[in-house]
Amino acid sequence: MTSTTSAHDVCSLEEVPPGEGRAFAVAGQQVAVFRHRSGRVSAVQAACPHAGGPLADGQIDERVVVCPLHLNAFDLTTGESSGDCAPLRVHPCRVDAVGRVSVEV
Amino acid sequence: MSVTSSTATRTAGIPAQRSRKRRLVVVGNGMAGARAVEEVLERGGAEQFDVTVFGAEPYGNYNRILLSHVLSGEEDEEGIYLNSLAWYTENGIDLRSGVAVERIDTAAKVVVDQHGGETPYDVCVLATGSTPFVPRMEGTHRLDGSLLEGVFSFRTLDDTRALLAAARTHRRAVVIGGGLLGLEAAHGLATHGVRVELVHSPPHLMNQQLGAEAGKVLRRSVEALGISVRTGVRTRALVGTERVEGVELPDGTVLPADLVVVAAGIRPSTDVALRSGLPVERGIVVDDRMSCGDDVYAVGECVQHRGQTYGLVAPLWEQAGVLADHLTGTDPRAEYHGSRTATKLKVAGVDVVQMGLPGPETEDDEFVVFSEPHRGVYQNAVVRDGRLVGATLLGDVRKTAFLQQAFDQALPLPEERTALLFDLGAPAEDVGVAELSASAQVCACNGVTKGTIVDAVEDGCTSLGAVMARTKAGKGCGSCKSVVEQITEWAAGGALTVDESATWYVPGIPMAKPELVAAIRAQRLRSVSAVFRALAPGGEEDAKSKMGLTSLLRMLWPGEVEDERDGRYINDRVHANIQRDGTFSVVPQMKGGVTTAEQLRKIADVADKYDVGMIKVTGGQRIDLLGVRKEDLPGVWADLGMPSGYAYGKSFRTVKTCVGTDFCRFGLGNSTRLGIDMETRFQGIETPAKLKLGVVGCPRNCAEAYVKDVGVVAVGSGRWEVHVGGAAGASVRKADLLATVGSPEEVIALTGRFIQFYREWGNWLERTYEFVPRLGIERLRAVLVDDSDGMLAGLDERLQATVDAYRDPWLEGREPVTPGQFRTALPLVDLPLAPHRPAGAPGGLVPEVHAGSAAEPTTTGGPR
Ligand code: SRM
Ligand SMILES: Cc1cc2nc3c(=O)[nH]c(=O)nc-3n(C[C@H](O)[C@H](O)[C@H](O)COP(=O)(O)OP(=O)(O)OC[C@H]3O[C@@H](n4cnc5c(N)ncnc54)[C@H](O)[C@@H]3O)c2cc1C
Ligand code: SF4
Ligand code: FES
Repeated sequence: MTSTTSAHDVCSLEEVPPGEGRAFAVAGQQVAVFRHRSGRVSAVQAACPHAGGPLADGQIDERVVVCPLHLNAFDLTTGESSGDCAPLRVHPCRVDAVGRVSVEV
Repeated sequence: MSVTSSTATRTAGIPAQRSRKRRLVVVGNGMAGARAVEEVLERGGAEQFDVTVFGAEPYGNYNRILLSHVLSGEEDEEGIYLNSLAWYTENGIDLRSGVAVERIDTAAKVVVDQHGGETPYDVCVLATGSTPFVPRMEGTHRLDGSLLEGVFSFRTLDDTRALLAAARTHRRAVVIGGGLLGLEAAHGLATHGVRVELVHSPPHLMNQQLGAEAGKVLRRSVEALGISVRTGVRTRALVGTERVEGVELPDGTVLPADLVVVAAGIRPSTDVALRSGLPVERGIVVDDRMSCGDDVYAVGECVQHRGQTYGLVAPLWEQAGVLADHLTGTDPRAEYHGSRTATKLKVAGVDVVQMGLPGPETEDDEFVVFSEPHRGVYQNAVVRDGRLVGATLLGDVRKTAFLQQAFDQALPLPEERTALLFDLGAPAEDVGVAELSASAQVCACNGVTKGTIVDAVEDGCTSLGAVMARTKAGKGCGSCKSVVEQITEWAAGGALTVDESATWYVPGIPMAKPELVAAIRAQRLRSVSAVFRALAPGGEEDAKSKMGLTSLLRMLWPGEVEDERDGRYINDRVHANIQRDGTFSVVPQMKGGVTTAEQLRKIADVADKYDVGMIKVTGGQRIDLLGVRKEDLPGVWADLGMPSGYAYGKSFRTVKTCVGTDFCRFGLGNSTRLGIDMETRFQGIETPAKLKLGVVGCPRNCAEAYVKDVGVVAVGSGRWEVHVGGAAGASVRKADLLATVGSPEEVIALTGRFIQFYREWGNWLERTYEFVPRLGIERLRAVLVDDSDGMLAGLDERLQATVDAYRDPWLEGREPVTPGQFRTALPLVDLPLAPHRPAGAPGGLVPEVHAGSAAEPTTTGGPR
């Protein structure tokens, strides 16, 4: 598989409230960005693999996001579902010194 | 494992390559010491520690409780080992058995043993247990200071061997002390044909655990074994010069004896601690982390914690767990808060269960007693303020599980108090074990919880024997065997998966609601993240627990919660119900199902302006605007100018009404007015699960009040029936009549009390159709109508505070609380999935035979 990814500047950290998620279009893809209470960020595909639920509206902790529609949980690091849904696509992401969030797509 | 069994002394030159592990030295190889080591290993402690254990007794670790069985011949010595010598080797533990410790040098951090050997430590744990107490009597000792021959104590395996040998050659025994140990010794000796007299100075047997009446019944059972008992008599002296010949009482009577067992109590063994300069009062004083000095800890019977010393084994399991959490860093915040688990014993063959108070203490305490001395059965329960604060079961302990649950969790009790002790007709015994929480200790002797038993069953142990072998439950005194059996049957028979956390309020915090509420109140936790920090294992957040915690906090601190938006489910963040395509439905409040032409006009305008997918009359007597985009919500609300109908929340929802006296030929009461007033008062109140009300003007019940969470029915002459716990959703249940009252004001007051009581005692997501039968309508009536528990004033006050804190959440549309609160999260690729106007609806698709299963996207015209 030859896929190349590159980092894209997506938003400032302020745009995502602590413990919540927001959806963004990044290089033509829908990405949900989460800001953990610990200050970390995670980014995954925005639509739930189960039935297209809006994951950015889900609830998170340091490990998982719970989809708002049928409450399936997905690991934000590996993308794996704790039930038997297909895994999520996980996008590496980071916050820089001035609080800009970038996501690799 | 690098430290060998040779005494690694500090003075022995350069020690062979010291491993980087910390050195854990345990003093005392009894039940607490060995358990602490096991708990440390269980938490991966072998990676962190080199472990050395000193034990004065020259054995591995055995179950001291079973010495009673060894004495009575029911068990042989081999059967009582918990950790054999091989176990220590296999786990790389350096066991110094038969070596007593003299003192600890806390400055140099070395343990000094009886031979003067010095063993360095990084962490030291004292678990020295207790020693038998010999009361002051004349003549106990020979001239050289040793005990008279024929005088024994009953604490160790050596004591037991000596007693067994003596039992074969001696005829008459006097046992001094009628507590647990004295009774066990008397029973054991009697089984060998020795004639036993028992002398006990307090007025009744087992006075530490039992009240006087229970003590009397126990006495009958003990006497039936051929043991003669004297209570309220202190022994004055032992008679004999070399060998004991008898025991002298204060009135000069001499009880002839060639064998005397002194079992008059125990004292914590504090010698080592005293010599080491550690804090000692009655026992070694420890804090909530079981620490008594820098890097020195203590567990077991040798400790005094919050002024309390313990003489039974149950508390030490908890202590050892807390200690291990600290030592290994598994949970640095773990704390021991004292034990109040039930005492469960088998004494001289009699089952004894005791928890809390042995009897009533104040005039207001209720006291339920059942006594049948000729069968050796005695049972009581002490109730204070509607909670079980004490219970004693003797001879028949089948209600243990039920009572323990009520006691541990301070649950509301059956109104018919005799049901505490008896199954009145219906509920089978296993109701008790089903309700027992997973963390409830079932076998106190071996520290086995219900959860452990259930796990064993799930791992394939389905016979009682297999479960006992795996978990050691029931292998101590044996008193819990029947409960272990019930749990095994229940766990093996129940088809439903048994969730360890079933009794927790939310999955991320291992506490039932009453416990959790108490902790939140005590620590004044006002935000979801504060609750996680303080109460979750490892302080870890749990996404699936946030919604329940938010609801609970808002109930506990009306208007004073530190609002954390991520603690809310999406519906509660944007005050609308999320739909299958990520759009939302908007249901404005329409009190009592009554609307106006003006409201309808506004709704119509809004539906047009925002291109609403569907306008629908709901089953809750109001109008739903479906398919509204998140970013349109503030606009929709503003244009409607109506408050939220809360169709999305775990909260009070609606009051359905009928047309009542104003219009209906049959109306007996103004149901419409009352419904509107109720909705005005209770709007928006968070509840454990949805709450839907109905008010009808006569028993024809047109608004379905009999199947509502609260259903009010006018019955004529100004009277109203208030029914609770009805359902006509996934379950169908007719509500129970709570009371008939004389005015609409009383209906509102009673409903308010019910709602607040449900908020405080209902489990998360427990609908009233589960809650009401769980507590029983009689119990609810007593609390809410007769004020049996004096709770009404408090319920009223707390409900009022909630009512006062009400604020229409749709006002947030004017000023979003968080950045992007109403920003779309829709992945707009091939969604929405919901039809714009559904098939069959005005303006919708023409119904077609194959018109897609709902799962297929049947978009008409695409997203707006
Ligand atoms: C809109 C409405 C159907 C309608 O078109 O009439 C409705 C719609 C939903 N109901 Fe309902 N219920 C609606 C009246 C009822 C009623 C009748 C009533 O309220 O008098 C009941 C039976 C009474 C009851 O509450 O039990 C009812 C019993 C349920 C249940 C079963 C609850 C139970 O414990 O038995 C659920 C599932 C749940 O809560 O887990 C449910 C769940 C739902 C949800 C919220 C499903 C969900 O989680 O998303 C539906 C939302 C659809 C959406 O996309 O917005 N709905 N639902 C009604 C809104 C009433 C209102 O104005 O507030
Ligand atoms: C006959 C009998 C029956 C009992 N029945 C029950 C019952 O049915 N239910 C119940 O709950 N409880 C019962 N108990 C009480 C229970 O056994 C104790 O609560 C439990 O053993 C306490 O554990 P521990 O580790 O604190 O003390 P122990 O088990 O006494 O262990 C302390 C150990 O430390 C050693 N030690 C002391 N000082 C030193 C030193 N300086 N250096 C090295 N080692 C040292 C001791 O030799 C001993 O081995 C019974 C006790 C007895 C004796
Ligand atoms: S009955 Fe089922 S499908 Fe219909 S609204 Fe209620 S939950 Fe949805
Ligand atoms: S759509 Fe996410 S769980 Fe169903």
